Amino acid sequence: MARVHLWAGLRRFTDGAEVIEVEGATIAQVFAALRVAHPGLAPFLDGGVSVVVDGALSTNRHAPVGVTSEVFLLQRIKGG
Amino acid sequence: MAKDDTHAYRLIGTRPNRPDGLDKVTGRARYGADMALPGMLHAAVLRSPHAHARITRIDTSRAEALAGVKAVITRADLATGQSGEDWNLTENTLAGEVALYDGHAVAAVAATSKFIAQDALALIDVEYEVLPHLIDVDDAIRPDAIALRPGSADASVPDGSPANVVKQIEFGHGDLDAGFAAADLVREGRYLTEATHQGYIEPHACVAQLGADGKGEMWVCTQGQWYIRKMCAAVLGLEAAQLRVTPSEIGGGFGGKTTIFAEPLALALSRKAGGRPVKLVMSRSEVLRATGPTASASMDVKIGMKRDGTITAALCDFRMQGGAFPGAPVDMALFCALAPYKLDAVKCIGQDVLANRPKAAAYRAPGAPMGAFAVESLIDEMAQELGLDPLEVRLKNAVREGDKSSYGPTFGSIGLVEVLEAVKAHPNLSAPLGPNQGRGIASGYWFNHGGETSVTVAVSEDGGATVSVGTPDIGGSRASIALMVAETFGIGYDDVRVNVVETGALGVNEPTHGSRATFASGKAAVISAKAAISEMCRRAAADWGIEPEAVEWIDGAAVPAGPNAGQFPPLTMAEIAAKMGETGGPISGHHEVTAEGVGASFGAHVVDVEVDSETGKVTILRYLVVQDAGTAIHPAYVEGQYQGGAVQGIGWALNEEYVYGRDGRLQNTVFLDYRIPVASDLPMIDTVIVEVPNPGHPYGVRGVGETGITPPLPAIANAVAAATGVRLRHLPMSPPKVLAALKARG
Repeated sequence: MARVHLWAGLRRFTDGAEVIEVEGATIAQVFAALRVAHPGLAPFLDGGVSVVVDGALSTNRHAPVGVTSEVFLLQRIKGG
Repeated sequence: MAKDDTHAYRLIGTRPNRPDGLDKVTGRARYGADMALPGMLHAAVLRSPHAHARITRIDTSRAEALAGVKAVITRADLATGQSGEDWNLTENTLAGEVALYDGHAVAAVAATSKFIAQDALALIDVEYEVLPHLIDVDDAIRPDAIALRPGSADASVPDGSPANVVKQIEFGHGDLDAGFAAADLVREGRYLTEATHQGYIEPHACVAQLGADGKGEMWVCTQGQWYIRKMCAAVLGLEAAQLRVTPSEIGGGFGGKTTIFAEPLALALSRKAGGRPVKLVMSRSEVLRATGPTASASMDVKIGMKRDGTITAALCDFRMQGGAFPGAPVDMALFCALAPYKLDAVKCIGQDVLANRPKAAAYRAPGAPMGAFAVESLIDEMAQELGLDPLEVRLKNAVREGDKSSYGPTFGSIGLVEVLEAVKAHPNLSAPLGPNQGRGIASGYWFNHGGETSVTVAVSEDGGATVSVGTPDIGGSRASIALMVAETFGIGYDDVRVNVVETGALGVNEPTHGSRATFASGKAAVISAKAAISEMCRRAAADWGIEPEAVEWIDGAAVPAGPNAGQFPPLTMAEIAAKMGETGGPISGHHEVTAEGVGASFGAHVVDVEVDSETGKVTILRYLVVQDAGTAIHPAYVEGQYQGGAVQGIGWALNEEYVYGRDGRLQNTVFLDYRIPVASDLPMIDTVIVEVPNPGHPYGVRGVGETGITPPLPAIANAVAAATGVRLRHLPMSPPKVLAALKARG
C-alpha cells in the first residue's frame, strides 16, 4: 500500500496519524481512499493540494502510484 | 560547469537576437494600453479613501447625468452567489458592503474621454462609516484584534485561533528536542520584512468589449489569458467559452499579472454601455494602492548547530499578511526557507493573516525571499559566532540528490553542491575589501512548476515552423522555444516563429508563472515538433514506397534508415512541406499535458557592500549570482533572469516598502516615494550559469526565473553585518534604519 505523508495541520483529521497507508493505483484512487478513511481531509483534497510521488511533483491525478510509493501532500505550490 | 558533455547541440546554448527585440527598441511592440477600437470609451475607477469602512450609501445619479458618461457601475453590476476564491475576486474587484483597504474600488465610470470619466468620479456620492483598521501582521494576529472578515478561515485553522488567521500550516520531521540538545550553539531571532510591489514598468491595461448576449473580447497585458478569462467569467457570471482574451506584449509581470484587478470592470462597463469597447489603464498610484504586492512577514527562527557547522535542528514560525483576503505565501516561504539544508529534525509553522491592505498577488518565488532572509541571516550569524566560513557551513549541510527535503519529499536531481562549488571558485570571493565594506553570501531555492500546457507546431509551406503557445513571454521564452524547436527539426533559428496566442487558439494554458514557460511550453513544443517529424517521415516513406519505420530524421531531412531501407536521396523539410497539400494536407504537431518532470533550482549569491557611516546608505560594490539552470537554452536570457532577480532583491533589501500612515492609507504611491533600484544604483551583476540537466525535460531545462530573487535579501543583510558589525533584522535596510543601528552600536 502507498504511504501518504500528511502535513501536521491535517493530522487532527486523521486521529493524529502522520502517515496513512491506502490502496490506490493512481493519485485519484489514493485520494478516494483517503476521503473514505478520513472524511475530514476532503475539503483539503477538493480545494487543491500539490502531490509528490516518489520525489516527483505530480499534478496529474491519473499519474500512477506504486504499491511501495512514498506520497507527500503539500499545500498547493504556485509561482510568480 | 557540471555540464552534461554527452550532448553537442547545434543551436541550444547559442545567443541569437531576440525575436521581440526590433519591435521593442523601435516602439512598435503593442502593449496593453496601445490598443484602440472604434467607438471606444475610457474608464476611471472610484476608490475608497479609507483603510476600512462600511459603505452606507452610493448615489451615482449625478455622475450618470454628466454629458459624455455612458456607464457607471457598482457592486450591483457584478455576479452574486460565488464562493471561495471566486468570491474573494469579486469582493476585491468592487467593494460590497465594506471597503477593505485604502484604494479598494467602489465604483467605475466609462465615458467618451478619460477626463470626463475622471470628472464623473467626483459626482459619485459615497457615504462611509469608518471602521477600525489593522495594518501590521503582528497587530492583526493579536487575540484582541478586531475580526476583519469573520468566516474567512479555512478548515486548517484550529478552533480558538486569533480571529484574523485564515490558514494555518505545520509540518516537519525528526526529534526537534533531541536535535537542539545535540547542538553546541542554539540561537533564535525574529526577522521582519515589509510588503513590496513587483514594480513592473507597464501598469495594468486592457480594452474590453462585452455585449448583452454574453459574448465578449478583451485585449490585455497579462501573464495568463486563460486565468483572465476564467476569473472574469466568474466575477461577471459569464460562460468562459464566450469570452475571447488576447494577451498583448507585456512590460513586466513577476507574478503580479497572474490574476485580475480592473479587467472585470472594463467588461462590466462595456456591457452596461451597450457593448461599446472600454479602455481601462491604471495609473502608477492605482497600481501601488490596489494591485497585489507581496505579503509582509514576521518570522521567528531557531537553529541548533554543532561546533563544526553541522545543523542539528531548525524551527520556523512565520506569520504573513496578504491583505484583506487569504493568500499570503506563508506555506511556500516555509517550504523554501530550509530547503538548501539536510536536516534530521525540523518543524515549520505558518499562519496566513488578514489585514487592511490590498489583496496580495504572486511575486517572483512567492514567499521564498522572506523565508530565506530569516533562515540565511541566522545561519550566517551562527557561523560567524563559531568562527566558521559561512560558505563551508552551507556546503557541509547542503542537500544532494536522494536527501529528504526539509518539507518532506526526497530530492531528485539537484545542483546545490555544484552551485556552491562554483561560488567557491569565483574570483569575487577573493576580491579585497576596504573600510566599511563587507561581504555576504546566501543560498536560495525555488521548486519551479509544470502546469496545464497546450502547444501546436505547424510546418509552413516553405519548410519553416510556426509555434503557437499560450504562455506570454515575460523572460525570453519565445527565443528559447524557437531554439528548441529549431534544434529538434534541424532547421535554422530564424526559420521558426513563436506566437503567443489568444484563448480561442489552444486548449487551456496556465499563466507564465512558476518559472514554467521555457520548461513546460518548451517541452510541449519539442514533443509537438517530434510528432510533425513523424508525419514527415511517414510521407517520405510513402513517396519512396517503404515502411515509415524505415525512415529516420537527420539534420532537417528524412533519410532511409540504413542500406536495407533502399537508396533514396534525403527529402528535406522544405521539400516535404512544399508538397504537403498533395500528400495528405497540412502537417503539424500538437501536445497538451499537465507538464511533469519539473526540475528544482538552487542558487547562491555573493555581494560586497560599502556602508556610509555618515548617511547610512548602502552601496552595492560587487554582486555575483550563481544558479543551476539545468540547461541554458539561450544563455543571455538566463543571465538576464539572474540579474533581474538580483536587482529586485536589492530593492527589497535596501529601499522598497509599503509605508502606511496612522490612518491606514498608503503614503508612497508613486515611484518617487516607492524607490526601486535604477541603473545608477547598481554595478554590473556577475553571473555563473551552472548546468546540471533536468532529466524531466528533453533538453534538460529547469526554470530560471524565480530562484534569483531568493538569496539577495539575506546576502545583503549578511554583507551589511560584515561591514558594520550590526545585524539588521528588519527590512528594508534603508539609510535611516542603518544610521540608527550604527548610532545604537556607538
